[in-house]
Amino acid sequence: MLHMLPDTAVLFAGGIPIPFEAQTTRLAASLGLPATDVQNAFWTMAVGALCAVCCSLAGCFLVLRRISLLGDALSHSVLAGTAGVYLLTGRVDPVPMLCGAIAAGIVTAVLTQFVHKAALVPEDSSIGIVFTSLFAFGVVVVSQAKHVHLDLDCVLFGDLAFAGVNLHPTFGWLVPESFRSLIPTLMITLLLLAVFWKELRLTSFDPTLAVTLGFSATLMHYLLTTVVAIVTVSAMDVVGLLVVALLIVPAAIARLLTDRLSTMLVLSCLIGVSCTTIGYLLALRWDSSAAGLSAVVAGAELLVAIVVSPKNGLLGRLLRTVRLRIRICAEDVLAGLFRRQERSDAPDKRVQASVSECHTLAGGGIMSVAALRWLLSRQLLQQAGPVMLLSETGLRYARSMVRSHRLWEAYLQENFNLPSDHLHDPAEAMEHFIGPGVQQQITEELSQSAEDPHGRAIPDVKRQDVR
Amino acid sequence: MFFTQTQIVLTGTLLLGIAAGMVGTFAVLRRRALAGDVVAHSALPGLCLAFLTFQSRSMLVLLSGALLSGLLGAVTVSLLKRFTRLRDDAVQGIVLSVFYGGGIALTRSIQNTHRNDPGADLESFIIGQAATMLKGDVQQIAVVVAVTAGIVLLLFKELKLLSFDEQFCQVQGWSAMGLDILLMLLTAITVVAGLPAVGVVLTAALLIIPPAAARFWSDRLSRMMMIACAIGGTSGVTGTLLSARYDGLPTGPLIVLTSTVIFALSWVFAPHRGVLWKSRDMTDLQSFLPWVESDDTVPRAPTTLDPHVSAQEAS
Amino acid sequence: MTARTENKTSAVFDIHDMTVAYDRRPVLWNIDLTLRNPGLVAIVGPNGAGKSTMIRAAMGLVPMVSGSVSAWGSPIGRELGRIGYVPQRGSVDWDFPISVFETVLMGTYGSLGWFRHPGRVQRDLTMRCLERVGMQDYAQRQIGQLSGGQQQRVFLARALAQQAELYFMDEPMAGVDAATERVVFELLQSLSEEGRTIVVVHHDLRTVSEYFDEVVLLNVRIVASGPVDTTFTSANLQSTYGGRLSILDTMAEAVQKQTETE
Repeated sequence: MLHMLPDTAVLFAGGIPIPFEAQTTRLAASLGLPATDVQNAFWTMAVGALCAVCCSLAGCFLVLRRISLLGDALSHSVLAGTAGVYLLTGRVDPVPMLCGAIAAGIVTAVLTQFVHKAALVPEDSSIGIVFTSLFAFGVVVVSQAKHVHLDLDCVLFGDLAFAGVNLHPTFGWLVPESFRSLIPTLMITLLLLAVFWKELRLTSFDPTLAVTLGFSATLMHYLLTTVVAIVTVSAMDVVGLLVVALLIVPAAIARLLTDRLSTMLVLSCLIGVSCTTIGYLLALRWDSSAAGLSAVVAGAELLVAIVVSPKNGLLGRLLRTVRLRIRICAEDVLAGLFRRQERSDAPDKRVQASVSECHTLAGGGIMSVAALRWLLSRQLLQQAGPVMLLSETGLRYARSMVRSHRLWEAYLQENFNLPSDHLHDPAEAMEHFIGPGVQQQITEELSQSAEDPHGRAIPDVKRQDVR
Repeated sequence: MFFTQTQIVLTGTLLLGIAAGMVGTFAVLRRRALAGDVVAHSALPGLCLAFLTFQSRSMLVLLSGALLSGLLGAVTVSLLKRFTRLRDDAVQGIVLSVFYGGGIALTRSIQNTHRNDPGADLESFIIGQAATMLKGDVQQIAVVVAVTAGIVLLLFKELKLLSFDEQFCQVQGWSAMGLDILLMLLTAITVVAGLPAVGVVLTAALLIIPPAAARFWSDRLSRMMMIACAIGGTSGVTGTLLSARYDGLPTGPLIVLTSTVIFALSWVFAPHRGVLWKSRDMTDLQSFLPWVESDDTVPRAPTTLDPHVSAQEAS
Repeated sequence: MTARTENKTSAVFDIHDMTVAYDRRPVLWNIDLTLRNPGLVAIVGPNGAGKSTMIRAAMGLVPMVSGSVSAWGSPIGRELGRIGYVPQRGSVDWDFPISVFETVLMGTYGSLGWFRHPGRVQRDLTMRCLERVGMQDYAQRQIGQLSGGQQQRVFLARALAQQAELYFMDEPMAGVDAATERVVFELLQSLSEEGRTIVVVHHDLRTVSEYFDEVVLLNVRIVASGPVDTTFTSANLQSTYGGRLSILDTMAEAVQKQTETE
């Protein structure tokens, strides 16, 4: 965001070594591309990756502490900080401007709270008021700063595509200009993580507990705000306002995939790096904005995560729901057959049912087809030509189902104020969730467990019979 | 009739300020202030796609595209909230930044492919460019304001009920969800109408700051809304005039800064809620704040007036 | 102002086999409740028993997993015009820019329908309702300037303005001093004498037998319900307040886990 005019970029500084120069040259030769192009691409991706790592690390805490919008607000107000310093000093020096930007970030965080508490403005409105005002101020100042190059475009769109072009000598190596701010930023972030790991983890997941244990949540909040401000300032040089995407989206994806803080941090970094890398390559392909496409890639990755994430993914949830429905239908068949056998004249003879009767017991439709296949594949049912009959294991399974059903009816009868004709439906719903442990618990609590409220015997199940 | 360019722009920003004040009042009270921000950012890709599809820079075409993708953004927010365990703030940040990223990528590639076409400069929508508003644009904004005002007045009762007590609204048989969607729609339309003048990044401020400032001056919704419209209109006009007076200062940010100044002044000087009122004695105040009434029409501590109610239970 | 006479066979209010879950975890189990006669009904139970959830679910504010709710023999969604509601005091923003009068006026919105704005009739009614709760002198105050008890009375007046026949009140006595409590109860009693039914979520066990006709003892499920004399017994109270049923907790866990991760 801050460039000095005339631009002091040293593109071909003879004699100063460039890291990985040999490798990139070799790669360029094998791809048949000009060496400088490959080198630029390499450094741009490196800058993007570094930027993504810094943002993701800080972003995880924003997401966990539910203050993601602070990242958004900070990215807007940073411009006001640089502009303010420019107004005061009339010059464009990187260091004072960096300080001004960080100060603006902290001021945003403090001011948001102040407007909320002192002016009785709802919190979301107070965020909106503070960051739009500061951004407007920044834009007005920047638009007047014609004789120096305070680049508004860079703030709005990001400059990732050129990040690898401007190589500067730093500590004897020729590396991208952005490294000079990004590497210290990364070190500061890692330092914060290392020193306050325990506190950060505690205050992020459970602020109240943290306070009772003696950690100052407020202190951590402002410490974190400072680090986010630093990250935002250095990353904005590269990706502009879209720093918000890198802060929040990879962290949010990682949050969907894991519940562990350390895993979340690593995952979000990997995701962030993939976003900037793919975004940059797509931008080359389509002649478009690398920062913008990084954000789009991040959004696409989020969609993928939402659909296929193993634990909470939509696909997984749908599958589990279907499987549960199949099991419930299948168990209904078993219980139905068992009851029929109970009622028959010869209770010891295994009852038979036609396939269509079994479908009726399962409730019909495609689910009942799946349920019958479920039963046959588990050998709970046996098919003999046109009829089905319970196998030995099926009979035990069925007995356990009916036992659950009747125990639940008896339990409702004793503890609920329900008319006896209202007992069947709840038990029909709950029988599928009653495991052997709960059967045991209910038996112990009931005053008698021989008969259900309708006077039918509750079938006994030996321990080894239980599924 | 012939209008100068400044008059056209003035009319446009005045109307815009009024509409935003109206809709924004409900947005702020319903804690939906940042929804406008999400819609504004999400509008950018739709605007670009409309340009690419129809190869036209007609404001109506561009803004229709913007409205569609803005609404898509709003819908995405509610879907993400419904189907993931992500929190409100993260969801808003995600939708806002991803859509904005898409918009930036599209504006960039449009700019790169239409290098010789000055009409393809969609980047002006990001910060806004009120100065180039045409008479047709203002007419369209006028229609938007009229429609918005009409709906708000017609449904003032229902929207007030929804904003104050959503559950009571539902229990009385109103469709809270329908009203909510309507309010979202009005917000989106207003935001999109503001894009050409104030831009993607700052339009949300028009919705938030004037109502927040108006709240200092009144304890009645209807009056607060009127004051918000007045503040919005004033900011629009003042910002435009300042921008015309000092060549080169962008209009959108000036409008926002004007309303911020009004917010700050309200915070300091407003009766009852203002800083001065709270910090000083009444009699002291009256000497330099002539509008402060001497009779105690709105006493702050009513508990002692009611024989049935003790002071402690106010907690 | 008497309630419309109804077909004798249909109960005033009937909940059939209602189960409510938050995030797939059941919090109310198989609620079955029928109120046949108008009167004052208290819902009593320990914290976390689901008292508020029960009336909110009955009015359709919280989705049910199973079951049905009817009033006067038809689904409750069709009878909302005859139902009044007093929500918990904490459910609204008291800093909202609205006066006491306007708040109470909202009670008449339901009978007004779309687009129509309240006129003289509604304003007069509003004033009468305010007088009935003794808040007429505060009509022009902003609601945030009232004490807790006064705010509660405003909500009550708003419910009166609904002119309903069946009322649900969520802890109208919470944070209210003894004097206000008596005023509120006299009001409820006069409402019930007019032939209305008032269902009150109540937390003060000492006043139940003094004020109420019927009582519902609730702890995740209905333990007992019926006339206060026969239902409000120490045995029933024991099983209501004697801790949660551990089996229900285990089952709630199992249902939540298996419907999510089979």
